[in-house]
Amino acid sequence: MFIIFNMRSIWRTLDRNLLRGIALACLSVGVIGISYGAVCVTSGFPLWFPVLAAALVLAASSEFLFVGMIAAGGSPAAAVLLGLLVNARHLPYGLAMPPRVIQPGWRRIVASHLMNDESVVLALAQPDVPRQRSAYWICGVGMLICWPAGALLGGLAGNVIHDTDAFGLDSMFPAVILALILPALRERGMRRAVLTGAAITLATTPFLPSGLPELLALCAVFLNSAPEKKKKAV
Amino acid sequence: MPYRPAVLVALLALAAGTFLFRFTGPVLRSRLTFPPQAERLLNTAAIVLLGALVASSALATGHHIGGVARPMGVLVGGVLAYRKVPFLVIVAAAAAVTAVLRLLSVP
Repeated sequence: MFIIFNMRSIWRTLDRNLLRGIALACLSVGVIGISYGAVCVTSGFPLWFPVLAAALVLAASSEFLFVGMIAAGGSPAAAVLLGLLVNARHLPYGLAMPPRVIQPGWRRIVASHLMNDESVVLALAQPDVPRQRSAYWICGVGMLICWPAGALLGGLAGNVIHDTDAFGLDSMFPAVILALILPALRERGMRRAVLTGAAITLATTPFLPSGLPELLALCAVFLNSAPEKKKKAV
Repeated sequence: MPYRPAVLVALLALAAGTFLFRFTGPVLRSRLTFPPQAERLLNTAAIVLLGALVASSALATGHHIGGVARPMGVLVGGVLAYRKVPFLVIVAAAAAVTAVLRLLSVP
């Protein structure tokens, strides 16, 4: 009962439009999950494997990389290391979350598992702690349901759907993140840091292992170390 | 047959390591108090990472940078976001633009 009441207040704090947007983002993750499950099963994994991986790892790009490497005959140890490299960005994500958004106790364990690109960017885009918490939990739980469910459907369907790119779903993820970080980019220092970081990533993508180019972007963080001078003058 | 017991062990290791990355941030954040300057850098770090992710997921496929349909979709989404169009429209438009361009066999 308490949980239901709690959920209701969580729903109310976010506006309808944002909720629909989150739902659409979750749906697109579900459809990508379908192609993930199908790829796994057609390359010889048992049905339960992508579903278990989706629920336990809950980080799409690292999982695609992991099963891809194993299916190509790579060593499991190397697949783990590369997957961890891709997922290392969650450490700075957690450090950036305001302390009251992820509450202590058992909730922190669950909330940590729900940490992903979408839940973090949604939370950071909200103006106050209650809304940050709502956005984080709703998006996180949505992903926890849609990603493994998609993997299961895809695994059952086999190779029925393999080209989700035809629907343009692959441009939804970058569009969601871009739309949500855009307000932060109005600040000049932040814009400088983000653009430099993106340039570092793109320049190193062709020859570094996946995950590392994004982490290298962090070198640009210091371009936003000084607070805006305008504010001081006012 | 790519699946063998060692692969399950590897999967569990990946899950455990990923959880540790996720858990360490909030724990450190609650134990330590950071000066405002450091908090600013931590917040910048998250946005910079997300920006890097936008760049690579919009422009790169694996280690290869190229293609037009996806970057155009993301660009249209970005312009709509800048003009403060509803979030749902932004996300749907990005996918639609990319899908239509692919239908016209733009790479």
